[in-house]
Amino acid sequence: MAELAGKSAPNSRAQFRNISVSQIAQYRLPLAGLVSIAHRVSGALLFLVGLPFLLYLFQQSITSEVSFESYRATVSGVFPRLVLLALIWAYLHHFCAGIRYLLLDLHVGIEKEQARTSASVVFGVSLALTVVVALKLFGAF
Amino acid sequence: MAQQRIVVGAHYGLKDWLAQRITAVVMAVYTVVLLVSLMFLPELNYGTWAGLFASPWMKVLTLLALAALMWHAWIGVRDIFMDYIKPTGVRLFLQVASIVALAGYAWWAVIILWRV
Repeated sequence: MAELAGKSAPNSRAQFRNISVSQIAQYRLPLAGLVSIAHRVSGALLFLVGLPFLLYLFQQSITSEVSFESYRATVSGVFPRLVLLALIWAYLHHFCAGIRYLLLDLHVGIEKEQARTSASVVFGVSLALTVVVALKLFGAF
Repeated sequence: MAQQRIVVGAHYGLKDWLAQRITAVVMAVYTVVLLVSLMFLPELNYGTWAGLFASPWMKVLTLLALAALMWHAWIGVRDIFMDYIKPTGVRLFLQVASIVALAGYAWWAVIILWRV
């Protein structure tokens, strides 16, 4: 690996070794890598925001008839709906990517091409469902 | 420093790896059960929503899914801290804070569920 580091690559793609924070934006991850980091980001979001916010909404929605009405008032606001949408994306991505990882653990689709395809399926399904939920949340149907 | 303790190896972390997958399956199954139950409700209002969680089997399933969630979240955030937080003291503080938060959320969820 050491002899690779100094030389310029045969093609013109940038070479990275032990990248620093400032280089993250330029680093082009493969699709499976994007699924991986989005899995981590969505998990962190669900832990930091999802757990307290959804427990709060669950409490409001289920404690009594009166609190149910205040729950409806809470989720009618634009900002709470945007937070909900972000959490729903996080859940959908974490769910789809998680199923992909479980299948990979069972040695299903571990070839490079199949893994690339399943990574694009994860993004396709989770983002499409997020768009459907967004349309529903903001009253398109 | 006569001896160095071995902290890595083929079986190190296997239990957590397995727990992460089993708890994931439990939560995925619960997600499907909850969505299907919601679809079978004649209409969605306070009565039907609270009625869903009033049944004992739904309480038990929800509690099981919540236990899986707390365990899963703990392994997940611990992995993130192990990867990015290098100073031992800061990492320990964050890990303890996460355990306290998760235990608190679990207790809160039980209180909510048993009021229904």
